[in-house]
Parts: sequence; structure tokens; C-alpha cells
Amino acid sequence: MTFYEEAKRRAVLVAGQVVPDTTRCVQCGICSFNCPMGIDVRAHAWRGEPVVNSRCLTCGQCVTRCPRGVLRFERISIFKEK
Amino acid sequence: MRYVIVGSGVAGIAAIEAIRSLDDQGEIWLIHDDPHGFYSRPGLAYYLTDEIPEEQLFPHSIDWERYQVRRIWGRVTRILPQQSAIEGVHFHLLRGLWGNKKVQEEPFRLSYDRLLLAVGSQAIPLNVPGVELHGVVKIDHLEDARLIRHLARRSRRAVVIGGGITSLELVEGIRAQGPEVHYLMRGERYWSNVLDETESRIVEHRLEEEGVILHHFTEVSEILGQKGQVVGVRLKDGKVLHCDMVAYAIGVRPRLQLAREAGLQTDRGILVNEYMQTNVPNIFAAGDVAQVYDPRSGKAVLDSLWGPAREQGYYAGLNMAGLSRPYLRGLPFNVTRLAGITTTLIGRIGEGHRDEDTLGIVRGDSETWRDLPDALMAQTGFDVNHIRLIVGERTLLGAVVMGDQTLSFPLQRMIVEEVDIRPIRDRLLSPNEKPSEVLAEYWTRLTTTTSPALGRPVFKFSRA
Repeated sequence: MTFYEEAKRRAVLVAGQVVPDTTRCVQCGICSFNCPMGIDVRAHAWRGEPVVNSRCLTCGQCVTRCPRGVLRFERISIFKEK
Repeated sequence: MRYVIVGSGVAGIAAIEAIRSLDDQGEIWLIHDDPHGFYSRPGLAYYLTDEIPEEQLFPHSIDWERYQVRRIWGRVTRILPQQSAIEGVHFHLLRGLWGNKKVQEEPFRLSYDRLLLAVGSQAIPLNVPGVELHGVVKIDHLEDARLIRHLARRSRRAVVIGGGITSLELVEGIRAQGPEVHYLMRGERYWSNVLDETESRIVEHRLEEEGVILHHFTEVSEILGQKGQVVGVRLKDGKVLHCDMVAYAIGVRPRLQLAREAGLQTDRGILVNEYMQTNVPNIFAAGDVAQVYDPRSGKAVLDSLWGPAREQGYYAGLNMAGLSRPYLRGLPFNVTRLAGITTTLIGRIGEGHRDEDTLGIVRGDSETWRDLPDALMAQTGFDVNHIRLIVGERTLLGAVVMGDQTLSFPLQRMIVEEVDIRPIRDRLLSPNEKPSEVLAEYWTRLTTTTSPALGRPVFKFSRA
């Protein structure tokens, strides 16, 4: 991975939050199982709410591990480019 | 008001949520024959591969206390529509000495004001001599998954028969437990009526890398046993393949017996209108068992997907509690993992469904494509990336996305919301451009400017 890609990846992680797409989710629980902070990501995915949790590190574990591409990063509104 | 829900799959649970969002007084009864109640059935695939432990299959997000559901572990044997009642047996698990377990059955009768049948579907049994032997397995529920793990850990060689997603889950799950896996296919390639040749080859190549042995044009004529235990399979060409277990996934069939006996209108599933009502008043059906009217094709169709089952259950619940909200069936859409490659299947992709307004098929590679404003940068390092688009006259009709899923979400919305692609259509079909880059550019333009093309919102579970 080049330096540019890595820098960009970090930037996205810092400015982002994890947003689920409920229609894809099958509640398998891989996301909750792999969360290092023990956040129940699956419950957020069931309700279709973004993972707004002060403990969330935006480490991307849940996003990467989800076998069905339910979770993705989205920029929080304060970081949105005008 | 008494609501009775038969079946603890996702359709039943979604119906409970919907009912409770409107009616917090009514009694809700849930009757399920699965001893474990509600858990993630699709998650069983990841339980088989040891990605999650068994207890992780049970979501904590359902608040049983708050929903005040009376649960019965049992089986419904009869529906009496004239008397608005059901009859069944209630199971009691008796634990004896030395871990002996016995199930005692006790008959019950329950009247209802609204009844929901969400009994789902079950695996079609294999029609081959020897299926009753110990070591022949299918996968329907958690008990099956436990048995498969138990057997796979003790066997040296397994045979998997069938097609589609489930058979691959069996292949991967059994392989993950150690044994050598032989995957038998009747045709010349994997899932030939949905995937195209390249995609099938990608999947097969990946399976071979994992050590799975593939057999094309192969059919089993008999399962051989010794003392009630599987020892091998005899193929149509007379060869014998020795193995300790046989797993099959040749399709599912809705559980229609109850509905047929009660005189409900059935075809391949229970026929329902857009309010999820059957032809008998106060009886509803949802999930795998329901055959739902599809406004796009004008036919009643069966779905065997988790997402639509949840939506159907939710709408059935709303309508049971007194609203009249029609359920509009969306495009068939699934994201799954085929041999470790995340794959999105949207819309009309199968060769059997190709029709006149399909004009061209585009193939592409999405490796260079990572410049969305809200790009998903966490997923990197895919070694297989493949995109196939079905391009219609005015809109995209379908897509297959394998590997990198960055394009999957934009494509889902573009297809479901029937976004006009005429501005980029020629570029998509031109051999000199990468379709993935063209799409990325177009999607960026759509989402940054407020475009009338993106009008209809994506389905959301909102509280009514």
C-alpha cells in the first residue's frame, strides 16, 4: 500500500462513522463479535441506525469483516465538503 | 385482540415488532418448532466455518421483555378457520439421569383474532437410495449445523451435492473443519443459470485453491452404507467414491401442509395479496412460505431471502394491527460470499431471464476505482475484482459485483431507483472505457448535485 493510499484511508477513518444498510444485513453477528470495543454493531444494523457510540474507534473491523457488505463509512456532516 | 404467529424466523419477529409499534395492549403468541427460537439462519454458514461461536447467532437487539410475547415451543397441527382457532402440541423437554433427554408432547388449542403463518421453507429431500443413512445431512436449522460440525470433525472425506449458495456454504463449512471435500456438479460449471462463465470460473478456481476437489458432469446414483453409516457414493458412471459424510443442498420448498389442509389458496407457496393476506380472512402469510404478487412482472413469485422476509413480516404485522399498508416487492437483491469472495447480485442477471430490452453486457474490473467522495477505504487487498452490468435502453437492469464492494451500493440504488443512464450509456458499452470508472464518475455527479434522477428513497424500517 502506498503512502498516499494509507494517508487517505486514515483520513476517511477519522472523519467517518459506520453506517449500515439494513436490507443487506442478515444479523449474523460477525460485526459485534469482532468489535474490539464490544459495541453491538448488529443491533445498530437491525434498526438501520449509524453506529453513533462514543467508544467507536472507527477501526473498520466490522466494515472489513462483514461478509455481506452491510457496513460502510460515511463522512459525518461536520466534515462534509461544501 | 389476540395475535398468533407461527414460526420464529425473521418474518415472525418483524411482524411482532410491527404489531408492538401500533398495539401495546394485544396479546401476542409465538409458536415455534425450532427449540432455539429466533436466531440468524443465514449466520449458520459462518458458524460452520468457525467465524462466529454458536451463541453469537442470537441477536440481543430483540427485547422480549418489552414486547411481552408468550412463546410456545411446539408444533401447530391444524388450523380451524371457521372457529378462528389453531390446534397443536406443546413440547416439554424432560431431562433424565445421565443427560437423557426426552420430549413430551401436550396438546393445546388456541383461538386467534389474527393469525400469521411464517413457517418458512425446508430443504427438498434428495431422491437417491440411501438418504436415510447416518452421515447424510442437509442444512435447515441450528440442529443441522451442529450435526454437520460434529460429523465433519470426525470424517476424512466428504461429498457435497447440489448448487446455489447453500451448497457452497456446505463446501466451505465442511472444508473448514478439516476433511477432504468433493463437490459434485451435474453441469459443466457452478451455478450456470445465474452466473456467467467467467464468474463461475472465478468461484471454482477459488474453491480449488482452498483444496476442494471439483467433479463436473457428475451425478450420484446411490449412497452406499455399512451398518447404517455412510461409506461412499456410487456415481452414474459406476465409479465409487468413498466418503464418511454426504451433504446436499438441492433447493428449498415452502412448508405448505398446514395451509393446504386448512383450505388456503396455494400454488408453490401460500398466495397472498399485497397486504400479505391469504384468501381466508384474518389469516396472513409472510416470508419464505408466502408467494407474493410482483407488480413488475404481474406474477406471484417466491422469494427465499432474508431481507424480503423481514419486510414482508413487517408489513404483515402492520396490516394485522389494523393499518392497510401495501407491500411492494422490490428487485431481487442479495449479497453473499461465494468461496470467500463477497458477491452482490442485483436484478435480472440470470441467462434465463434475459429479455428484449437487454441490449448489451458490460464486463469490467474495478481495481483502479477508489475515488468516491465517501469511498469505502477500509476494504482493500482483494485479489479478485469483477463487475458485470446488464445495460438496458434507459436504465441498468442488473449487476454482479464480485470482490471489491465499493460499487455495490451505488449500483444497488441505481438499479432499484431506475436511474436514467442515457448520458453514460454509450461510454458504458464502449470497449475503450472502464465501466467501473464511468459509473464512479456518474455516481459522484448524481450524489453531489441534487438530481431528479435520485428521487425515490431506499426502503427503511420506520416506526409507524
